[in-house]
Amino acid sequence: MNFDPTTFELPRHLQGLIGAERAATGVAEGLPRRSFLKLSAMGGVAIGGFALGAFPLAVQAQGAAKSAGLKPEQQPLAFVQIDKAGIVTVTINRLDFGQGVQTALPMILAEELDADWSKVRSVHGSNHPAYVDPVFGMHLTGGSGSIAHSYTQYRELGARTRAMLVQAAAAQWQVDPAGLRTRNGVVIGPGGKQLGYGALAEAAMKLPVPEAVTLKDPKDFRLIGQATNRIDAKAKSSGQQSYGIDMRLPGMLTAVVARPPVFGAKLKSVDDSAAKAIKGVKAVLRVPVDRGGDGVAVIADGYWAAKLGRDALKLDWDSSGVDKVDSARQLALYRDLTTKPGPRKYDADVSKLADAPQQISAEFVFPYLAHAPMEPLNCTVRISGDKAELWVGSQMPGLDGLAASKVLGLPPQNVQVHVQMAGGGFGRRAIATSDYVVEACQVAKAALTAGLSAPVRTLWSREDDIKGGYYRPMHLHTAKIGFDSQGRITAWDHVIVGQSILGGTPFEPMMVKDGIDTTAVEGMREPYAIPMRLTVQHPKLNVPVLWWRSVGSTHTAFVMETLIDEIARATKQDPVAYRMALMGDKHPRHKAALQLAVDKSGYGKQALPAGRAWGVAVHESFNTVVAYVVEASVKDGVPTLHRVTAGVHCNRVINPRSVEAQVQGAALMGLSMCLPGAAITLKDGVVEQGNFGDFVVPRITDMPQIAVHTVPSADAPTGMGEPGLPPLAPAFANAVAALTGKPLRELPFKRA
Amino acid sequence: MSTLHINGQNRQVDVDPATPILWALRDTLGLTGTKFGCGAALCGACTVHLNGQAVRSCVTPVSAAAGQKITTIEAVTAGSDKVGKAVHEAWVRHDVAQCGYCQSGQIMSATAFLKTLPRGKQPTEAEIDAAMAGNICRCGTYARIRAAVADAAKTLA
Repeated sequence: MNFDPTTFELPRHLQGLIGAERAATGVAEGLPRRSFLKLSAMGGVAIGGFALGAFPLAVQAQGAAKSAGLKPEQQPLAFVQIDKAGIVTVTINRLDFGQGVQTALPMILAEELDADWSKVRSVHGSNHPAYVDPVFGMHLTGGSGSIAHSYTQYRELGARTRAMLVQAAAAQWQVDPAGLRTRNGVVIGPGGKQLGYGALAEAAMKLPVPEAVTLKDPKDFRLIGQATNRIDAKAKSSGQQSYGIDMRLPGMLTAVVARPPVFGAKLKSVDDSAAKAIKGVKAVLRVPVDRGGDGVAVIADGYWAAKLGRDALKLDWDSSGVDKVDSARQLALYRDLTTKPGPRKYDADVSKLADAPQQISAEFVFPYLAHAPMEPLNCTVRISGDKAELWVGSQMPGLDGLAASKVLGLPPQNVQVHVQMAGGGFGRRAIATSDYVVEACQVAKAALTAGLSAPVRTLWSREDDIKGGYYRPMHLHTAKIGFDSQGRITAWDHVIVGQSILGGTPFEPMMVKDGIDTTAVEGMREPYAIPMRLTVQHPKLNVPVLWWRSVGSTHTAFVMETLIDEIARATKQDPVAYRMALMGDKHPRHKAALQLAVDKSGYGKQALPAGRAWGVAVHESFNTVVAYVVEASVKDGVPTLHRVTAGVHCNRVINPRSVEAQVQGAALMGLSMCLPGAAITLKDGVVEQGNFGDFVVPRITDMPQIAVHTVPSADAPTGMGEPGLPPLAPAFANAVAALTGKPLRELPFKRA
Repeated sequence: MSTLHINGQNRQVDVDPATPILWALRDTLGLTGTKFGCGAALCGACTVHLNGQAVRSCVTPVSAAAGQKITTIEAVTAGSDKVGKAVHEAWVRHDVAQCGYCQSGQIMSATAFLKTLPRGKQPTEAEIDAAMAGNICRCGTYARIRAAVADAAKTLA
């Protein structure tokens, strides 16, 4: 999802969906639906303060605390609550699944609000239209866009709220608001008298929302740029943080679903007699599952009984109607496709290839990868008459809510999605088919039809997750490169074969251009001036695929940065100097990031211990550039990564602690692609891996030392959730190649 | 009906004795701080203490805990456990958590490990890695976990 916000246009299909959602959810009032629910839950009694639930009727009646000239996502009431004690609760319009926006977005808002940071809290939003990404116009946590797209939005929300508080203080003191100051949660008036935000909130929120506000001069920032610990650090270090999986509702049942062993397969027969005999099992129900397949849901009073029930099912599957993918055959098919004509992303003249003094001919293979977030997928559904509520850690609650409304046969505005803190996601929770949400709704609907009037939590096991599809697609790249003895590249003929992530989804009109899925080629060629011909093949296979943290750059960065390094080695040039020369006088952010990593690492100055070598890579994704200089060794054929120095260019840094964490985490996920065993493979259509024993992920013993440095910048911030991932694997591979003389062209690295 | 001794209290749970402790804690007793990650003792998210020893509650049946003391993340970080408190505070100070889902298990492993150290002994990085290698963090918080465990050991010295 390397969207360019400047050229982004929402496809008509999505515009329609979102338009319908807006019309349906009463967005003209600028109030989240949960306001109304809270209100009715409290019997309509106002309790004071900013509490959203307390004011909607009063606010509507007076027409105050909102502005007709502002969009829903610009109205403070949907985002800020201040109680009488001055506790400021900020609603985030994204999913926090580790990337830290639950802290960074409130920091941005609190900066302009002049809030007392110790009194700032944050909560997740919902599928209410106010919580769309203001650039994408839809509910989306993705494309490393949370901060990049909501920086100005949250500053303005904070500034508007502050202006209303100042106005309320001015009215109380009967003075000109222009003479008032704010600091740390108080308004300061003539003679130094003070009023806390908590005391002013009720009056303030009845005032009109100012449309134009003046934002702070960044030199006056007190929070933005400060290393700040996560708001949720205590809750997450004591078992108190609640995730989607922890949802508990009165009478709630748990469902575990038996899915077909081959994607989309049908059931011939079901023998559920043993399953039904298990204590705690309430029902065994046929449900449709993803890709037209059949499934069987075992519904019980808890996970364990449901799981035992599923284990006891005797199922006879019919896989005759679906394609059964086999990894070995798939690789042969992909190799064959590299020789076939296909659409071209770049179409440079490559006729000079044959005459080039030096040539490289390379093939790269990348496997399917599972996201494997630590919290297994789950979704809780409560159907109450003509309304439904969902509790789910979702990156796209708007689309998920619409999908749920279709399954449940309810109007979209009657489906409320409560976004839950999620235990990781890495892309798996942003899914155009809403697969696990749709399935959970099918289960809840079937339960209701069967007479089980209870909320149902559908919970996946780890095996369900690893075998359940939606992988980073397998890819094959081939490259034929011609260059001279100075490393001048005269022709580069490149082919990428891999399934399209976005073909057949609502994103297709926007993201698939001339038969090429933009997510498959992002990161290719850049930042170097290379005469490249790039041909793309998107075979269709019966394996569901999806974006995986940093998307196309998970493979394109590896290919580009190892090949550039190989040319440098072949022409006996320093890999840093070679890259700098290729970039010429362009790409100042790449060069600054790379230079910073070089300077901080000691590269070229400091001698390494015997047996170690440097590796370098630089890559831009989601408008952020990350460069790594790494140290690695090879012992008994096993490569080890020891030390990583990062140079990061993400413009203005909101929270340095979060940037460091994201780079460390993304680097480790980049390393995860290298570890032997980090691959999903299929045999006769069935995924061969099932848990962390055979789908390998890094452990603490794999963790290198990582130092993170950022290039100082005053420009508007760019994203940090993903860009730390792509350059790690190529930097590591380049260090290994420097030691062994053999380029690594397959991920994961092979076992020695 | 089985009796489990959890966090200093006897609790009755009406589950099959073969049920893993994890599900008795989470689904029956509502102690959701202990997390489900893999169900196969591969990731450590479900770690609890059984008589002070770190065990994987996803594969430890209720029957195996009869008459033994189960301690969960909720009690270990509540303040009265000196080592648990030190670990919790180090975790917060070092801002370890990202998604945070695995951190209950990480903290339980770290606490059990630090309790095995002789008083005043500072663990080496290799010892910390060995003690924590059974706990997977998909967000990659391992660098801060190392620092937090070492720091907690220092505050306990």
